[in-house]
Amino acid sequence: MTIVFYGAGAVAILSTALMITRLHAVHALLYLIVSLLAVSLVFYALGAPFIAALEVIIYAGAIMVLFVFVVMLLNLGEEAARAERALLKPSMWTGPLILAAILMAEFVYLLAASSGRSLGGAMIGPREVGASLFGPYLIGVELASMLLLGGLVGAYHLGWRPTSSRELR
Amino acid sequence: MELVPMRDGFLLAAALFALGLTGVLVRRNVIFILMSIEVMLNAAGLAFVVAGARWRQPDGQVVFLFILAMAAAEVSVGLALVLELYHQYKSLDTDAISRMKG
Amino acid sequence: MLELLWLVPAIPFAGALALAVLGSRMSHRTVTMVGVGTVAASAFISILIATVFLSARPASGMYTQTLWTWIDIGSFRPQIAFYLDALSLVMMLVVTFVSFLIHLYSAEFMRTDEGYSRFFAYMNLFVACMVTLLLADNLLLLYLGWEGVGLCSYLLIGFWYQDPVNGLAGRKAFIVTRVGDTAMAIGLFLLFHSLGTLRIQDLLHAAQGQWSAGSAYAIAAAALLLGGAVGKSAQLPLQTWLPDAMAGPTPTSALIHAATMVTAGVYLIARTHVLFELAPPVQFAVAAIGAATLLMAGFSALTQNDIKRVLAYSTVSQIGYMFLALGVGAWGAAIFHFMTHAFFKALLFLAAGIIIESLHHEHNIFRMGGLRKELPIAFWTFLIAGCSLAGLPLITAGYYSKDLILWSAGSSAAGSTGLWAAGIAGVVLTSLYTFRLIFLVFFGLVRTPVTSRPGLAMTIPVCVLAVLSIVGGFDKALFARFIARALPTLPEAVGGITETSSGLAAALAFLCGLLGAWFVYQRNPRLATAMVENPAGRVLHQFWFSDWGMDWLYDRLFVRPVVWIARVNKADVVDSIYDGLASLTTVCYRVLSLTETGKLRWYAAWIAGGTVAFVAIVMFL
Repeated sequence: MTIVFYGAGAVAILSTALMITRLHAVHALLYLIVSLLAVSLVFYALGAPFIAALEVIIYAGAIMVLFVFVVMLLNLGEEAARAERALLKPSMWTGPLILAAILMAEFVYLLAASSGRSLGGAMIGPREVGASLFGPYLIGVELASMLLLGGLVGAYHLGWRPTSSRELR
Repeated sequence: MELVPMRDGFLLAAALFALGLTGVLVRRNVIFILMSIEVMLNAAGLAFVVAGARWRQPDGQVVFLFILAMAAAEVSVGLALVLELYHQYKSLDTDAISRMKG
Repeated sequence: MLELLWLVPAIPFAGALALAVLGSRMSHRTVTMVGVGTVAASAFISILIATVFLSARPASGMYTQTLWTWIDIGSFRPQIAFYLDALSLVMMLVVTFVSFLIHLYSAEFMRTDEGYSRFFAYMNLFVACMVTLLLADNLLLLYLGWEGVGLCSYLLIGFWYQDPVNGLAGRKAFIVTRVGDTAMAIGLFLLFHSLGTLRIQDLLHAAQGQWSAGSAYAIAAAALLLGGAVGKSAQLPLQTWLPDAMAGPTPTSALIHAATMVTAGVYLIARTHVLFELAPPVQFAVAAIGAATLLMAGFSALTQNDIKRVLAYSTVSQIGYMFLALGVGAWGAAIFHFMTHAFFKALLFLAAGIIIESLHHEHNIFRMGGLRKELPIAFWTFLIAGCSLAGLPLITAGYYSKDLILWSAGSSAAGSTGLWAAGIAGVVLTSLYTFRLIFLVFFGLVRTPVTSRPGLAMTIPVCVLAVLSIVGGFDKALFARFIARALPTLPEAVGGITETSSGLAAALAFLCGLLGAWFVYQRNPRLATAMVENPAGRVLHQFWFSDWGMDWLYDRLFVRPVVWIARVNKADVVDSIYDGLASLTTVCYRVLSLTETGKLRWYAAWIAGGTVAFVAIVMFL
């Protein structure tokens, strides 16, 4: 489990780093999917198999697919990649890297003082999660469903376009 | 079964979050910004799961579920907006869309 | 009948108010009725009160009428109350009566002026404030009247405000007297702080009880009050404003700057005489200031060529005599001289006004001449007043009052032969400049023709005053007995100068001056010009003409540094603090508005930066 954890973690970090430096949108998406799959493995190593499955199904399966659809719709091809190269100058990396480095330093400083509790002993499976969802977190479930409804309505409204039949009139 | 120290789990989440932040700040194409935001959300969720595993309770996973639902809703609306943006301005460069200036 | 006391200041005040508000809409006749009538009523009531007071005297020799409580804070409860005793009665009588005569005179003198109602409003206000000052029961009310007369003086000096020179003279008067007023205010603070009351009679009793003779408190309080008196009465070193104050109309000069306001300082010292008795060094300073001033002003009067300026310096000199009397402890003599001086000095100014008016506003005495036959009334009244001023023995009021002062200066315990000698020298000077004036103006050839003759309203007051200038001194003994009820009498003479020898010396001095003036100006007019042409003579002439260089000195010492500071501080250091705050805010606004770039990444970067900083703060603090 330890090896799984560290290996998947390394893959996740590497693929995320590669993702943010790609010029072609589809390449970046593919790297992102790899990162998500790696994180799913990490979840399994920590003893959360249900969430590992959900990560693959929903995150990598649905959300990333949405991204792919949109990238295809926008037809971001080679000329877009060339435009990206023009936009992505090396000098632009300095500021954000410094900021992220400071943030990482702070996190490391905070975490260095934490006790070394070990994880991954027990498997918290779907049974416990489900019982928790239908028990104490019931309201959260309802709220999440309302959120999704709102997202649905919003996406539909934003995506609606007058059809060609209207333009003909 | 060998166990993983909690600190390393949080460090992984922190590293992924920092990388996602860098992506948000560097890229000008709005699609890439959205992708980096997804990375950050994922990292936050990972932190929750790590915490839940430390206490051996499903609460961490439940919160990750909510984060997942929220990410889904946000991505759907966000991408619809991206499409609308492209339709209006014919460009996905966020620096060029600065009419809210001043 | 004594309850009518409050009407004496109230009626002129009401008149001033009416004239100020409605004056521009009243007819000329109505303004005259109101302006002169109020003061006439005031004079009539004071005469009534005087008769009642003298015939049915109150037991304690004084009468207090309280109107209401002015301020009521803790132990500080000054009231609007009027205090009538022999001193305030005499002064009130003189002030109201002379004011009435001068108002009557002004009705004709100012009749063609377009600020007619404004003039009478100011004059009425002045009379009201002056009477308030004289009748005040406590020092705060006295200070109110004090400031009021200062205000009216400023308003009336700058009466013809279209000419900026007049405004400047008014400002100078106000500022110089202000210096004195500030000293007096500090004196009031000191008195209240250490004695707990400002009511004059209570204050004097408390001072006598608490302070020993020569204590620091008494010296400080008396010195500060002396500062105020010096400012208002135009004595050294604050006398520079009075000659310039002649820029005002002649009735104003007669009333304010000769007969009444400038004697307010004398009244103040006489009223608080207990404090001065408790501070012998300050009392000596009073005498010294009086002696120095009377000599200085006498020399300055000798060189002037504006008729009103000669009379102004003469006023300064005569008040110096009053201060001299106060300084040696002859309180009654000072008040007696005040009374006679009010008569003959007001008369001198009114007669000079007749001359000025008749010669179509000519002020220069070297351009007048031979008016003896042209303006007989002006000549005879001016002559009578001049003789009274110089002290023509036995038949003029001025002789008796001045003689009393000289004898007191020489013979009292606090006096000395030096002071007496200064007084005699002053008599010589007075006689010299007075007869110089008379010979130049009334004798010799007519240089400027007379264009108009005075009417009845101008003739009656001068005649009445002329009579008073003669008979006013015959009641010397009666006056002394009367005033002794309010002021302490002089202890028995201790010096070597007897009354008769002093009187003889004064008469001799008068004759010297008369002969000298006659010799230089009448018999050998060329001698006068020769004396001035002489280099030493020219320097002296210039020096005395410019009031011993005091204007120049004050300009260098005070005026220039203050003006320089004002010019340097034009941008105003204090204001810049508030301006600075405003500009700081503007700068911050400009800087912050730069952050609204409209670019998404920048906003994200700021959020991230803020989060990092926040985490750092939470971690480290």
